[in-house]
Amino acid sequence: MIPQRTATSSTLTLHVNDTAHTVTVDHRATLLDVLREQLDLTGSKKGCDHGQCGACTVLLEGRRANSCLLLAVAHDGAHLTTVEGLGDEERPHPLQQAFHERDAFQCGYCTPGQIVSGVGMLCEAAEGHPSHATRREELQRATGAPAELDRDEIRERMSGNLCRCGAYPHIVEAIEDVREHVGGGTDHASRRTEEVTA
Amino acid sequence: MAVDDTTRTDRTTERVLGSPALRREGRAKVTGTARYAAEHTPPDCAYGWPVAAAVPHGSVTGVDAADAMALPGALAVLTHENAPRLGEPDDPTLHLLQTPRVPHRGWYVALAVGETLQTAREMAQAVRVSYDEEPHDVRLTDDHPGLYHPEQANGGYPGDRETGDFDAEYAAAPHRLDLTYTLSPLHNHPMEPHAATAVWEGGHLIAYDSSQGATPVSETLATMFGLDPKQITVVAEHVGGGFGSKGTPRPPVVLAAMGAKHTSRPVKVMLPRRELPSVVGHRAPTIQRLRIGARDDGTLAALGHEVTTHTSTVKEFVEQAAVPSRVMYGADGIRTGHRVVALDVPTPSWMRAPGDASGMYALECAMDEVATALDLDPIELRLRNIPEREPDSGKPFSSHHLADCLREGARRFGWERRDPRPGTRRDGDLLLGTGVAASTYPVLVAPSTASVQALRADGSGPAYHVRVNATDIGTGARTVLAQIAADQLGVPLDAVRIDVGSSDLPTAPLAGGSSGTASWGWAVHKACRELRESGGSIVTVDTTTDVQAQEEYARHAFGAVFAEVSADAFTGEVRVRRLLGVFAAGRILNARTARSQFIGGMTMGLGMALTEHSSLDTRLGGFVEKDLAGYHVPTHADVPDIDAHWIEEHDPHLNPVGGKGIGEIGIVGTPAAIANAVHHATGRRHRQLPLTPDLVVPR
Repeated sequence: MIPQRTATSSTLTLHVNDTAHTVTVDHRATLLDVLREQLDLTGSKKGCDHGQCGACTVLLEGRRANSCLLLAVAHDGAHLTTVEGLGDEERPHPLQQAFHERDAFQCGYCTPGQIVSGVGMLCEAAEGHPSHATRREELQRATGAPAELDRDEIRERMSGNLCRCGAYPHIVEAIEDVREHVGGGTDHASRRTEEVTA
Repeated sequence: MAVDDTTRTDRTTERVLGSPALRREGRAKVTGTARYAAEHTPPDCAYGWPVAAAVPHGSVTGVDAADAMALPGALAVLTHENAPRLGEPDDPTLHLLQTPRVPHRGWYVALAVGETLQTAREMAQAVRVSYDEEPHDVRLTDDHPGLYHPEQANGGYPGDRETGDFDAEYAAAPHRLDLTYTLSPLHNHPMEPHAATAVWEGGHLIAYDSSQGATPVSETLATMFGLDPKQITVVAEHVGGGFGSKGTPRPPVVLAAMGAKHTSRPVKVMLPRRELPSVVGHRAPTIQRLRIGARDDGTLAALGHEVTTHTSTVKEFVEQAAVPSRVMYGADGIRTGHRVVALDVPTPSWMRAPGDASGMYALECAMDEVATALDLDPIELRLRNIPEREPDSGKPFSSHHLADCLREGARRFGWERRDPRPGTRRDGDLLLGTGVAASTYPVLVAPSTASVQALRADGSGPAYHVRVNATDIGTGARTVLAQIAADQLGVPLDAVRIDVGSSDLPTAPLAGGSSGTASWGWAVHKACRELRESGGSIVTVDTTTDVQAQEEYARHAFGAVFAEVSADAFTGEVRVRRLLGVFAAGRILNARTARSQFIGGMTMGLGMALTEHSSLDTRLGGFVEKDLAGYHVPTHADVPDIDAHWIEEHDPHLNPVGGKGIGEIGIVGTPAAIANAVHHATGRRHRQLPLTPDLVVPR
């Protein structure tokens, strides 16, 4: 006789792309599964379910996170941005548009994670966070000054997002496009993210 | 008509065909609205989670599902004792839950079905399976007593071939090299795990499947579930990559359909990433012996390419790695052959450029070794050995521009500045080197049907509607087929609406063997031409007789890949600094998506060269490197800027669209180009991949 199971679910509120969703979640459910199976927000992809591929990347309070590694029950009141929150087919985010024009994908399955990760990465760089590829002299800059993003920096900072179709060179170009044609580096992407996560 | 046709084509070619049109589904993919197989959730949908065999060989003696079924929300546990009986499919790896036999670790022995994903997963963990374990053997050796010569290798090629007298030519050759190259198993690992959602509506089965071809899936399901294909709809609208591993049906669609039938609920099954290597196929390991007899001027007298590989006990699949040596170089005596042994391993299958990727690694490294031995430039060596006709068949080539690719690549890469001496260039602690290798891939084509309908031309929407069950696995098939249609109809691209990715559409072959665009495109081209010529409102065509009437030519795409690498003199870490590919693949139909395919293939070749490795656990059976933490596909930081170019190639002996297929050739020459560059950097040959630091580090 298996004992009666109690309290295996909780009701909580997730703020996803500026919309509050009050949902009852299984305590075993990841944020990714709640997004995909309960909220029908299937833009965030399940590639490995183990934090190895980045296809499930969302912005959690504005920072990149693998939603497959987060239990939904621990995120009552959290603010999330998914790929659906960056833009839509009528009004895509500049980075979404750049991915399309640069053909920075083939099958498209890692793409939402790459784009969300790219937006998050540009914000991190704008805030001055260094990476493994940051040059020594760059590290001497004043705290908080935006980081210069050359191609090695972009590659290093995007390496949590795998692409098996091999679109990496085009992804780097797409990110450079946004960095370059939006004056002041990452300001636009950063602002946009604040808008949608506010 | 012919004159008019030419004029029309020439006029519209500039506008539509060959233009870098944006992907039609691109907006949907970048905004996250494109739905893949597991992203269709019908009302009342239940979830399936498979149970994998935990022994390397044997049989199931009992399944205790009591604990699993006691979980809240449990619906069913299917095993060989209670699962629906299935008709026998052509592919025995799909005959799931029908017998207690366990041919290898990871073979599916049960399916848990629950109300939610979480419940199904916990159920699967709670199912207790007992086994009668038998001895297992997963170790491939070149003297395994079970080795035999198969009649055929994958692709229908004869297992063994000989032209001329190899033994005599080899014995008499002034320069002889006898080299053995070894490759580990490799895994496709498309980013979307294999998944399916199945719904029975009355007697009609609807399956959303992550597949490279919905037509073959519906045909297989019809056989297995005793249905008429008309009673089945398979949808594969967006597919998250396949690279061969979704070429024919794989377990999820069979499990989902069984689970749905058993529970009378829609059922969704997505395979856990770690289980893919066991059940979706892999590139089989190979031990390749190359024997090359060369004359003083570098021309080949003898070429021997003998491949040893494994298959499973479930079915025979023979990686056709010796086949490229029947195509590439002229030699008076050529011997190519395969030996295979059936082991207690997961069943191998297609992985991008099966045969060619493995075989050309060995052949093109061996050619580099010949060049070094004879002190010849490796490009000059290849140029001296390009044959007049296909060596094995004696057939004329429909077109052959390997020499142009090598020369154009050399020019772009700056090859003439290369110092041939190995191990002599340094950049601090880094040893630098450059390498080259040739690529090849056969031109394949299969019969297809397609239809085109003229819609009301009131200017309110598309003027034409093309329907064909092509599959866009990321190639841009939707876009390029619309370009072909617009070109034939003489209309702008946006005047064409196209539907692909459902078995309810006119039947078509799968996306595989770099044959999709040629096969579907031929049918779309024919339908549109007939509609234009007849002035009718709808035309449906079948290209079976056209394909059968093709002239006897050897048809192959060729290419040349150039690599520059650095190898750390202290850690052995190899990094690719530059990668360049130049290809001759017929007419390039969309410059934007073609470039993506070439660099994508080259990226996978970089992975094969430097990061990707798998192994079988001789004690426990099954693969060791199961997921993306253990099996290392290239990341952003591994991949430099990659240059891909193509030469204008007009081949009059192809399909009417004029393309040779570009999905696979990018991977083919890349591993050897990188391996040859590593030799040039370090002065050492390794004759195995991947070139990881532990291998390359100086000893």
